[in-house]
Amino acid sequence: MRSASALFILSFALSLSAQSPTYGLGRTPKPDEIKAWDFAISPDGKELPPGSGSAAEGAKIYTANCAGCHGKTGKEGPNDVLVGGQGTLNTSKPVKTVGSYWPYATTVWDYINRSMPYPKPGSLSADQVYAVTAYLLSLNGIIKEDAVLDAKTLPQVKMPNRNGFIGDPRPDWKSPSSSATSR
Amino acid sequence: MPQSPNRRKFLKSAVLAAGASAGRAQSTDGQPAPDDPTQAPGSLARAYGERSRFEKTVRTPSSTGTSSGAPLQDLNGIITPSALHFERHHSGVPDIDPRRHRLMIHGMLDRPLLLTMDELKRFPSVSRIHVMECSGNGFRNKGAKTAQEAHGLVSCSEWTGVPLSVLLREAGVQSGASWIVAEGSDAAKMTRSVPLTKAMNDVLLAYGQNGEAIRPEQGYPLRLFVPGWEGNISIKWLRRIKVVDQPYMTREETSKYTDLMPDGKARQFTFEMDPKSLITYPSGGQKLASPGFYEISGLAWSGRGVIKKVEVSVDGGRTWKDAQLQSPVLPIAFTRFRYGWKWDGSEAVLQSRCTDEHGDMQPVLADLVKARGDHWGYHFNPIQSWKVSADGSVQNALS
Repeated sequence: MRSASALFILSFALSLSAQSPTYGLGRTPKPDEIKAWDFAISPDGKELPPGSGSAAEGAKIYTANCAGCHGKTGKEGPNDVLVGGQGTLNTSKPVKTVGSYWPYATTVWDYINRSMPYPKPGSLSADQVYAVTAYLLSLNGIIKEDAVLDAKTLPQVKMPNRNGFIGDPRPDWKSPSSSATSR
Repeated sequence: MPQSPNRRKFLKSAVLAAGASAGRAQSTDGQPAPDDPTQAPGSLARAYGERSRFEKTVRTPSSTGTSSGAPLQDLNGIITPSALHFERHHSGVPDIDPRRHRLMIHGMLDRPLLLTMDELKRFPSVSRIHVMECSGNGFRNKGAKTAQEAHGLVSCSEWTGVPLSVLLREAGVQSGASWIVAEGSDAAKMTRSVPLTKAMNDVLLAYGQNGEAIRPEQGYPLRLFVPGWEGNISIKWLRRIKVVDQPYMTREETSKYTDLMPDGKARQFTFEMDPKSLITYPSGGQKLASPGFYEISGLAWSGRGVIKKVEVSVDGGRTWKDAQLQSPVLPIAFTRFRYGWKWDGSEAVLQSRCTDEHGDMQPVLADLVKARGDHWGYHFNPIQSWKVSADGSVQNALS
């Protein structure tokens, strides 16, 4: 009985200390301040904003903003190849693209929204980012040409390489194969 | 006894003759130094120091300007001067006013926080000497001529900042949280997920580098510093940490910084940097003047802790001898090693291999290829070979 009440007091003290800040520096961010920066998109897509876009709309935006670096159809470069390569990852000439390698469609949306177009990141509207994402996924044959992507449909897109990633087995080598001994 | 004018004149001409026979160093401005610096007062005190105009070693920016390597072959000791610390950025170096910079910590927390730099610096801080290595350092170095070209995306500094655990405790992490997402305020808004266990362990919110503010190229005014892990996860120009319950699978942890294996599967979240060493003197591009004594010197480090042993071979790996480790030997930091060598003038292949506190020994490239195939590139830590030719020239002989 005594130990039970001591335990109660102890746990109460711990929870109290966990609830009060030690240093009291800084302030609580306002909801609109959080909202302005809180656009990293998780695989379940809960941070995705309202809006929508189709592949057809995305084609025009892609041609105007993306084709210069990624090629007319996403295969030509000179920068990262975005289209094709499915079925090549276990061959002698793997081609890593959005279609063949990226495990989550939400990442495509997040990266375009965050970092692209390279000279003017953040310049595309949410609708435009949905549209370009739809265009790239349709060029890769992952969604239909007339599909419309939005906050609900995008996280449901199943990427071909969704299960293509494994953990870290390192150190994965043996000691140097030379038979030399150290003194 | 005062010197006679004649004797002074004789000494001066003797010094001049010695200078002429030794040749003169070229200065950056082309102006020669005075023949005798003792004959007139030197320059006065200056507000911010610069190195001698006769010192010219520099970083070498890549053709795309997205990275530059540290001149490892020209450095002494274990600290990389801030101005020569390697660079890697994904959308340029932003220009940030520290008075307007904010760090937001939010997500699964009892008390989300918004901090100015001044407020952040009032928290308890620590300084630690740690190595920072780009995940891709050494990648495709076969054509590289120098230590800098081959392995220059690694540097070591003293970093000062607030342990992230202090801030997370202050903000009160809620149950169910398991990762953080860190985001920079560069144009890439570089973003990576870090397991909460690591965040609570030894991660710093760093604002100091080698005693002064972090350089812009290194994340001014604030960066995440994740000891021992691949460089890109130490998000620079840090503005936001969100505490979450899963990794966010950002582009930099799916499309990039993953390693494709022969079976088509790719390794992901390969955080730690493996034990690695290289000889920096003599190294590629240098030339030994004549046979005789040389002190072989180099750097070793491991993202998993302390370097326990470095061995040197001067016969291409047939025999190995222990090198001396220079104190201090710190965890997750450059360890300087030295090995006295008498070069007999014949061809030699110089190598080093290190072993860390876990007993992991630096591998040969063939063993890595055997384990990983041909389509990986990150976490490249094989034994580096430098070939010394009979004429004293030194070349990259990574095989």
